[in-house]
Amino acid sequence: MISIKNVNKWYGDFQVLTDCTTEVKKGEVVVVCGPSGSGKSTLIKCVNALEPFQKGDVVVDGTSIADPKTNLPKLRSRVGMVFQHFELFPHLTITENLTIAQIKVLGRSKEEATKKGLQLLERVGLSAHAHKHPGQLSGGQQQRVAIARALAMDPIVMLFDEPTSALDPEMVNEVLDVMVQLAHEGMTMMCVTHEMGFARKVANRVIFMDKGMIIEDCQKEEFFGNTGARHERTQHFLAKILQH
Amino acid sequence: MMDFSGIIPSLPGLWNGMLMTLQLMVLGVIGGIVLGTILALCRLSSNKLLSNLAGAYVNYFRSIPLLLVITWFYLAVPFILRWITGEDTPVGAFTSCLIAFMMFEAAYFCEIVRAGVQSISKGQMGAAQALGMNYGQTMRLIILPQAFRKMTPLLLQQSIILFQDTSLVYAVGLVDFLNSARASGDIIGRSNEFLVFAGFVYFVISFSASFLVKRLQKRLTV
Repeated sequence: MISIKNVNKWYGDFQVLTDCTTEVKKGEVVVVCGPSGSGKSTLIKCVNALEPFQKGDVVVDGTSIADPKTNLPKLRSRVGMVFQHFELFPHLTITENLTIAQIKVLGRSKEEATKKGLQLLERVGLSAHAHKHPGQLSGGQQQRVAIARALAMDPIVMLFDEPTSALDPEMVNEVLDVMVQLAHEGMTMMCVTHEMGFARKVANRVIFMDKGMIIEDCQKEEFFGNTGARHERTQHFLAKILQH
Repeated sequence: MMDFSGIIPSLPGLWNGMLMTLQLMVLGVIGGIVLGTILALCRLSSNKLLSNLAGAYVNYFRSIPLLLVITWFYLAVPFILRWITGEDTPVGAFTSCLIAFMMFEAAYFCEIVRAGVQSISKGQMGAAQALGMNYGQTMRLIILPQAFRKMTPLLLQQSIILFQDTSLVYAVGLVDFLNSARASGDIIGRSNEFLVFAGFVYFVISFSASFLVKRLQKRLTV
């Protein structure tokens, strides 16, 4: 579904990604973790070309991102993305947030888009908030709306960029619950997250990144079960975040 | 002694002048915002040529006096039109002044719009693009509506400045509020009274408008 091939990216002289290669198969849930500044967010943003890269290629469902002939907006409309800071559109109501891209990008009718949007809103348990503006919702609620907004486009894969790290602790679970449910339904997912509980529960594979490189890329059972075989840097990281 | 009694019978004439002033201001602001927004998008564009051209335009018009622009357009617009259409096309002072205001104000509105667009977080752009919107849709549907909301007070403040600056059309003989006050005063030999009255009217309108804008600003920032 997603194939990342030798992706290299520089900010000026500083190399943020070095030869990143991995893939996400259809129906697979891949968790990307690593210390901050390790390039994991940058890598996931390369998958829908929100971040340009200078070398290598990313192929999403057969479409190459490095190919200058690729229609990037069209490709992005098929790849759902959820951001750390939700990024709902504050000047629009929740319903409008859910329908605007369906109408303007996919060309759906307003009725069809609204029906779809409200269905998804119900699915994330927020039907009562359809007419409010994003500012009137809590962080956890906003992030659930953001997930529904991405799902409304019928994406072939969902990308999550630290979806819970800007949330108050008591709101993390309501967002993770939605993500777990999605994973169980067979959605292909790539998630940058530090929620190791989530990784243990639904991930197929775990990728660990440090200093712009993929250091670890293995099955979940291997990653958590056979910690002795992990790279020294990975062990160090896991020891720190699993301590409490 | 000042004698203001002559003003009452002149009010209909003064009102017509005020209508001219308001017309110039409203149309100037609308044209200025449209042109200014286009300029701002050019300035923010990654295309170096476009952004430099827009930058040069803004710097040029912000560095010359409005009075010069008005007189220059008054002389140049008919000439340019004749050059384009090949025949004499009388445009009149009103149209040439309006074009001058639109183009001059566009430079200021451009900077306001540019700052407004830049104040919207980059994440909004990313979110709109991630949903498959192209650049035009992102700007039109997501970024500009938020930016305009934020910069409404500044746009209004700039409009109040233009309200006062429209009086410069005096130079090309257009009868706006100030000019009609001056002319009416001259006729009955009471220029001072009429100019004092005109100043009072400008003050009341501009001051109360500024006051309302400040209140609006407070409401928007809370």
